[in-house]
Amino acid sequence: MIIETKGITKAFKNLVAVDHISLSIDEGEIFGLLGPNGAGKTTLLSMLATLIKPTEGTAKVNGYDVTKEPGKVRKSIGMVFQAPSSDDLLTGWENLYLHALMFGVPPDKRKERIVEVLKLVDLYDRANERVKTYSGGMRRRLELARGLLHKPKILFLDEPTLGLDPQTREHIWEYIERLAKEGKVTILITTHYMEEADMLCDRVAIIDHGKVIALDSPSNLKRRLGTSMIKAKVRQPNMDLIKSLPYVSRAEVKDGEVMIALAEAGSHVQEVLCNLGEASFVEMREPTLNDVFLQLTGKEIRTESAETLEQRYMQVSGR
Amino acid sequence: MSELTGLYALWYREVKVFLRERSRIVSSVVNPLIWLVAFGGGLGSAISFEGMAYQSYIFPGVLMMTVLFTSIFFGLYIVWDKKLDFFKEVMIAPLSRTTLFVGKMLGGCTDALIQGGILLVLGTFFGVQYTAYAVAILVLFLLFVAIGITSVGLAIGSQMSSFEGFGLIQSFVVMPLFFLSGALYPLKGLPDWLMIVVRANPLTYIVDGMRGALLGTANFPLVEDVGISLVFVAVMIGLGTLAFRRMSAI
Repeated sequence: MIIETKGITKAFKNLVAVDHISLSIDEGEIFGLLGPNGAGKTTLLSMLATLIKPTEGTAKVNGYDVTKEPGKVRKSIGMVFQAPSSDDLLTGWENLYLHALMFGVPPDKRKERIVEVLKLVDLYDRANERVKTYSGGMRRRLELARGLLHKPKILFLDEPTLGLDPQTREHIWEYIERLAKEGKVTILITTHYMEEADMLCDRVAIIDHGKVIALDSPSNLKRRLGTSMIKAKVRQPNMDLIKSLPYVSRAEVKDGEVMIALAEAGSHVQEVLCNLGEASFVEMREPTLNDVFLQLTGKEIRTESAETLEQRYMQVSGR
Repeated sequence: MSELTGLYALWYREVKVFLRERSRIVSSVVNPLIWLVAFGGGLGSAISFEGMAYQSYIFPGVLMMTVLFTSIFFGLYIVWDKKLDFFKEVMIAPLSRTTLFVGKMLGGCTDALIQGGILLVLGTFFGVQYTAYAVAILVLFLLFVAIGITSVGLAIGSQMSSFEGFGLIQSFVVMPLFFLSGALYPLKGLPDWLMIVVRANPLTYIVDGMRGALLGTANFPLVEDVGISLVFVAVMIGLGTLAFRRMSAI
């Protein structure tokens, strides 16, 4: 158990951001915290990174208590923040060099490590250019490189692919997977992208209103819901009949569309369609983590586009 | 050892960034030049104090002002750093809060002193005549302003979570510190109530010490000027360190 929290809680003046969360995360695991914005993911991460103190409960990171031995915790972790945190007037190399100095990378290893992480994230060629000239994806990769520079045992990634284009995102996922597999780094990642949690994580904790409402591997979470989802446009759906079918685990009408979750697919699909009524459109797919979230909370994880810096500014200043 | 390396990193970052932001350097030098040329030249055509040109008279005060403004806003700027997640990266480094404070403070001091230095050189174009002694004393006092006021800025900035209070700090801290320091007028003959306020302002002694060294007219003995400045600097460093220990990351 490399990370362990016991009833960790953070209460602000008028809201409980993290509400008695108990988790244990194994070494080498990619663990995801999935939930909508404002669910408390970042607050939980900040407590584990010793940036803020819990108001209740305890947490151990790499065996060290976050409130009693914050210095030792900090030596064990690397963190990539949600908002850009590299200095854009400095070059990529300079940013990494400063990090190496601050995080106590031994003098004889600094250069070697910087080259190593720059190559890992494919930024070696651009190392001597100012970060200002980097694209969003390159900045993110630089920050990922920086988080790895001092060889932490644990890496905290707060929305690592927020606002990145799909191609860059997949690129970053590859790095993260490689790190966990080859580098034996334990990775704790927050995200509100379902695909990210699904693709990347060994286990996912779904968080809403500061509480863990489900915790399992992505495939197990989805399996709870059923094996396939049918979405259909039907003028007058016969919902009562559909719901009474034994293999239908969930059925509802939303925005004029019928959503049906099947516990087992196969031959039942035909039967459902026959009983449903006159359909003008039918789509069948596997359940996603979004469906799981929907079932658990009755709402969707919003997948809005990345917040602008300004929005984030407003959000922070509102606290 | 690792704390010292961290200290160096923090200082290095501030200075490097400062030197790359040319526009900031330019504007911070133009501002005092406007004071010297427009205000000093304009008012100087009508008045003079203690038998010297007004422009020369306010030169030490304008020097102090330059360092004062640069230092305080450097300190307050930490609010911005915190907002952008930038400072969080520094805060999760395995360094003590005291190191963070001192590194940041030394970085700000270096910035402010570079600007003060540029102005010192430009002063020769305004007929300021330096002796080696005067330069040494001027630099010493500028160092006091830089350390003391950067610490004030950092102390306040570290406790703020938004820019909302900036106007208030401008009105209630920066402007009074400048205008009530005798930077622009002599202390002799001030009404009693004003004199009390001016004597309570630590920057008064800094301006006085600089003016004494450069122009030979001081209200207080040099020992008093240095002594009070030292106490001011020490208290502000203490305050800043304390503020950094209490600083929250969000």
